[in-house]
Amino acid sequence: MADILHDLVFDYTLRNVALGSALLGIVSGILGSFAVLRRQGLLGDTLSHAALPGIALAFLFTGSKEPIVLLLGAAVAGWIGSLLMLWIVRETVLSEDSALGIILSTFFGVGIVLLSLIQQRNDANQAGIDKYLFGQAAALVEKNVITFAVLGGIALGILALLYKEFKLFIFDPEFANTIGFNSTLLSVLMTTLLVIAIAIGLQTVGVVLMAAMIIGPGAAARQWTNRLGVMLTLGGLFGAASGVIGAVISVTESGLPTGPMIILVLTVIVLISLFFGSAQGIAWDAIRQRRHRRSLSAPALIDSEARA
Amino acid sequence: MTSHEVILLTGVLCASACALLGTFLILRRTAMMADAISHAILPGIVAGYFLADGPSLLFGFLGAALASTITVTLVAALQRSGRVDDNAAIGLVFPAMFALGTVLVSKYFANVHLDTDAVLYGNIEFSIFERLVIGGRDMGPQSLWIMSTLLVLNLLFLGFFYKELKLTTFDGALAASLGFSPVILHYALMAMLSITTVGAFTAVGAILVIALIIVPAATAYLLTDRLAAMIALSVVIGALSAVAGYQLAIELDASISGSIVTMTGVCFLLALLFSPSQGMIARLIRRRAQRTRFALELLLVHLAEHQSNASRARRSQLANDLAWPASKVESLLRLGQRRGLLSSTSSDGEVALTPRGVDVAQGAVGR
Repeated sequence: MADILHDLVFDYTLRNVALGSALLGIVSGILGSFAVLRRQGLLGDTLSHAALPGIALAFLFTGSKEPIVLLLGAAVAGWIGSLLMLWIVRETVLSEDSALGIILSTFFGVGIVLLSLIQQRNDANQAGIDKYLFGQAAALVEKNVITFAVLGGIALGILALLYKEFKLFIFDPEFANTIGFNSTLLSVLMTTLLVIAIAIGLQTVGVVLMAAMIIGPGAAARQWTNRLGVMLTLGGLFGAASGVIGAVISVTESGLPTGPMIILVLTVIVLISLFFGSAQGIAWDAIRQRRHRRSLSAPALIDSEARA
Repeated sequence: MTSHEVILLTGVLCASACALLGTFLILRRTAMMADAISHAILPGIVAGYFLADGPSLLFGFLGAALASTITVTLVAALQRSGRVDDNAAIGLVFPAMFALGTVLVSKYFANVHLDTDAVLYGNIEFSIFERLVIGGRDMGPQSLWIMSTLLVLNLLFLGFFYKELKLTTFDGALAASLGFSPVILHYALMAMLSITTVGAFTAVGAILVIALIIVPAATAYLLTDRLAAMIALSVVIGALSAVAGYQLAIELDASISGSIVTMTGVCFLLALLFSPSQGMIARLIRRRAQRTRFALELLLVHLAEHQSNASRARRSQLANDLAWPASKVESLLRLGQRRGLLSSTSSDGEVALTPRGVDVAQGAVGR
């Protein structure tokens, strides 16, 4: 244990991996909590898939593998995907579920075509682009961590500035509209912030697992509290904890990939929260129900009758 | 059969099998279950290969079927618990399963041929080389056998339960009161979805399966609102995308799965723009026509008002009265004349309603 703590501070690789994963956890935990409350958890999944063509195009146009360039491409593509999705839901008979699936698969398909074109060019420089599919937290370096910190800081800063507006919009969009907030703008802005979280996550846990990074911390936090501020704090904490613990396990236990370990740790946190969460834990409900049943059982009723 | 024919036929069969189920998933708003299942089967396949001591079609299939059953059950349990919403339940289960699968692969199968890439994209390129061998006899490409079996199974499922599926999809409460259990049919549909996904992903990969299930059916929904027509259309659109996608892939020398998915997207985009009922262009035209009709009626009502006051309506005044630009008034007057609702003489003369114009104005006010 002491060794691990020592390594967390002094081992260059582990420190960066843990820091990067923690940053991702905090940002996606907090922003994901909003997505969970808006019942838009799977939007994260769609956006992370939709980001792929953006990464490929950014590379094709600039020839650069700089994370910030690729992440910008990812963010733009994800953003376009989300707007298209919102538009399909508003303008056609298709349900949100279908729109999510359509954007997810078609954007990703285009991304795969572009990736195969990049591979075909047989550019020595291209190796590593497809790493965004599955993430490679183990390869995070100091530069990545700084990028994450800047991007995450911007996203959380905007969130802090507009906290009151977002809160109102989430819980009562109609009221927000009547008192003069532009709810379309707020919705687009919130999705944009989510895109930033996803851009950070792609490099760490990859496309497929990003959905859990968005939903997991928020869903877990929701089980412990009915207050938004507490939920966001807990969401950030849960996200950070899964990032650090997952990174530590994967480094100490050889052969375990970091991204999936982060998700598995997060899943454990979600399960514990579902059962023992103080706000709506399943275990407490079961106990309460049993107590009720016992107090209503025949002997108990006769007992109380006799006493009365 | 040449390699081209095998790939094309595999794609078309897969598209048809997927589209049959996709229609109901779209209508029942459970499209994202296709996404969840196709990712969540990874640990099942790994477990199957582990038990079989190597890549084995049968064990992989059984493991995947088990994994998808677990996924469907877990998602349903989470949704029923009411602790998280339906969307989040899906998004919590399948990444966990996929993560478990990835960990298992890297722990036990680092050197076995099951890279997660193959799970996502499949290897339709090599479908001619994967042969089905029974008792030492080569029966032809495995993918063709799997896909045609899936197509037949799905056709049988739809054939036997068409009425029940239709009823539970459109009116669950009525179905329940008539004695058809929507829950059982939901599970039956999920079982067929699992079988299709599991069977199809070995040949074409998870992403293509998701796209072929969701996108052609959604495209068909933009074009028709009759169930039978929607099913037929989605099969046709899926098959067309497979053929066109393969051509595109050859043209660009790009990934075949990716190209087929791209073509489903192109079909969807075309329907989104040009569908006669739902399309953006038709919608725009309709909205415009409605705006014109409303403006014309307003003008007629205004003129009728003048007529009943016995005051004269001058062309030059109308724009002022209605606070409209003069050009708008002019074009509406021309439209009214063409339709025989207005009679007008000189360029600055009076404008009067014809008897038909009076009728329309009165009708508009009465509404």
